Amino acid sequence: MFYREAGDYKTSYAADSQTFPIAFDRFRYYAVLLIGVGIIPFILNDYWANAILIPFLIYAIAAIGLNILTGYCGQVSLGTGGFMAVGAFTSYKLMTAFPWMDMVTITLLSGAMTAVVGLAFGLPSLRIKGFYLAVATLAAQFFLVWLFNKVPWFYNYSASGQINAPERFLFGQALTGPNADSWVKYLFCFAFVFVLAWVARNLTRGAMGRQWMAIRDMDIAAEIIGVNPLKAKLTAFAVSSFYVGIAGALLFTVYLGAAEVGEAYGIQKSFLVLFMIIIGGLGSLFGSFAGAAFMVLLPVALKVLLVDTMGWNTALATHFQFVIVGGLIMVFLIAEPHGLARLWALAKEKLRLWPFPH
Amino acid sequence: MKSLLTMVAAGALAAGPALADLMIPDLSYRTGPFAAGGIPFSDGYQDYFALLNARDGGIGGVPVRVVECETAYNTERGVECYEATRGDNPLVYQPLSTGITYQLIPRATADGIPLHTMGYGRTSAVNGEVFSHVFNYPANYWDAASVMINVLLEENDGSLEGKSITLLYHNSAYGREPIRTLETLAAQHGFTLNLLAVDSPGQEQGNQWLTIRRERPDYVLFWGWGVMNQVAIQEAINIRYPLENFIGNWWAGADHDVASAGQAAAGYRALNMNRLGDMPVFAEIQSHVIDAGLAAGDGTNLGSVLYTRGMYAAMLAAEAIRTAQEIHGVADITPAMMRDGMEALELTNARMEELGMPGIGPEFAVSCADHGGTGMAIMTQWNGTEWVTLSEFIAPDDSVTQPLVMEDSLAYAAEAGIEPRNCTDS
Repeated sequence: MFYREAGDYKTSYAADSQTFPIAFDRFRYYAVLLIGVGIIPFILNDYWANAILIPFLIYAIAAIGLNILTGYCGQVSLGTGGFMAVGAFTSYKLMTAFPWMDMVTITLLSGAMTAVVGLAFGLPSLRIKGFYLAVATLAAQFFLVWLFNKVPWFYNYSASGQINAPERFLFGQALTGPNADSWVKYLFCFAFVFVLAWVARNLTRGAMGRQWMAIRDMDIAAEIIGVNPLKAKLTAFAVSSFYVGIAGALLFTVYLGAAEVGEAYGIQKSFLVLFMIIIGGLGSLFGSFAGAAFMVLLPVALKVLLVDTMGWNTALATHFQFVIVGGLIMVFLIAEPHGLARLWALAKEKLRLWPFPH
Repeated sequence: MKSLLTMVAAGALAAGPALADLMIPDLSYRTGPFAAGGIPFSDGYQDYFALLNARDGGIGGVPVRVVECETAYNTERGVECYEATRGDNPLVYQPLSTGITYQLIPRATADGIPLHTMGYGRTSAVNGEVFSHVFNYPANYWDAASVMINVLLEENDGSLEGKSITLLYHNSAYGREPIRTLETLAAQHGFTLNLLAVDSPGQEQGNQWLTIRRERPDYVLFWGWGVMNQVAIQEAINIRYPLENFIGNWWAGADHDVASAGQAAAGYRALNMNRLGDMPVFAEIQSHVIDAGLAAGDGTNLGSVLYTRGMYAAMLAAEAIRTAQEIHGVADITPAMMRDGMEALELTNARMEELGMPGIGPEFAVSCADHGGTGMAIMTQWNGTEWVTLSEFIAPDDSVTQPLVMEDSLAYAAEAGIEPRNCTDS
């Protein structure tokens, strides 16, 4: 009734192959963009920005990146944290070595550097698959963290090994450092998420995305029909690492401001992003957003509910949080193994038939 | 950010007379691999404020409101806690984590909220000309490293020439802090320094102790925290390393660190920045707080090493509040007044005796230029059943730490674009 395609005619191929062919979907997408750009920056307070929205946007980029590699191309990776660290340290070195460089260039270059590193660690994927590839990427995770701890050049020989983001401006507004306004940081991350998600959507439904999916579904068959596995796997690693690197750079420069590689980019981060795409839905852009929102929002929501509203003591609430998040993950995976994206798709199908299901 | 803060401040002022209180956030961690240290510290910190409320009706007639927020020693959750409590006119942050401290130094400075990082955090924050809102009195890591070497010098008749010393440390900002000082001291006194890093959380140290077993260094200095401490002490016992040559810093010398090894750990030494043992204040906390059911924890930690230190931290905060109230002549102070109070804090033996904790720490006075206190520490030893105090407060070698402080703080000022204040005028 509310959600239908009847009367939604397409008169050109372009209209028929657009991302949101159903008018209601399209308008909803425009509404989300409008709220994101036109309303949220004006009503945003620091707590919402720094505790919820900015981490959500940054993790959404990381989840899209990992989803390209794991969800679309079928290559399991446990090196996300390490690749994020590459992005963070690249931006730190660029920010301190070239103070005149603007943050957009720095962030893109950090992504490019991570893509190069990702390519190098993607090479074994041509020979090994599945669990063995997961172990190879796990090696990347530990190697990269070790490297950034071991070589003092990466942290400019500071006494503690911590990296601190110096203050940088974009269009005259402070973007990094303690004096940055939260709406500037939010809009900067929002712009990156918008562009990167748009690129990812068009990559995955184009020739390259089809090659990735062919490799994922059956690599031998894909090779027989003419997909070059070297090209397909390595492009997936490069594009995925580019996204993950940008997420790592933003996490350090915009969100945290100071980071320590073992703590901020350890193995937990790899698992966190992997959980995001598993819960959100493998091979789905919407799933990347839903998974990131789930993993970022749920702990905060539970804290607000248990500690601030119900007045529990903080330790008990934190222990319950583990139980509830863990339990919800299991319930979700048993009830719907394809994640939140599948639940969303089912809901849409039901809505199309409502109120006359058959 | 600024405008929001003024709005909140204006709101707090408007609401001031109705519900005046002194808000102290407690960024604690009662979960995760570091909870063993976080729980007693937080209990001590909160119980002392509860005692002031129950016995004296707060500080200067204004009750203290402690707001606890769980960080699990995780920097991202520490930031979330800071953002959640920041709008509530918090007087001072005490994160008990070097990683979170590094996050909060620029933020708290920009927001005008003081940060007290007692014996942890960024050592060069001693330089008050650069770090206007960060205080790390009564002592810091570089003082600890220097005090340890001074103790060893005394035991070796003034010379460490040709000795080998290994630093076993938590591979994080916390553990890496003393390296620079120890390297300088090694060059000065002619001992060789070996560095062995243990990755967080520190349960796996087999490899490092194999190295120690092979190389047999004369001394092992230890920068550990949380589960890492118990593991290290057990490993030292396993390889039969002479425990009196194994010396922890003040975060590696609590009751729970040695309790699991018990008698076997006898001889292990650790620094402490506060005195241990029974004090009159414990009886008051027992009767006013724990027996009244107001305790933050279950009350079993009363008098333990880290409980005492948490209480000491709360006492320093309470004294700074009192100082601020005297300076500004108002009871319901703001974070900016609190900063002035911390900068003018002076602790004397008479005052500590009056508070029921005689000689808990050294006498010291904070000034505009020096936010670090004296840096003195005592040496304690585990005798198998309890911690025994071996020495009086021992002074560090300021001629070594002071140039390093200036170098590091000025490097930070240049990197962060801070114009150092001039403290000589005031």
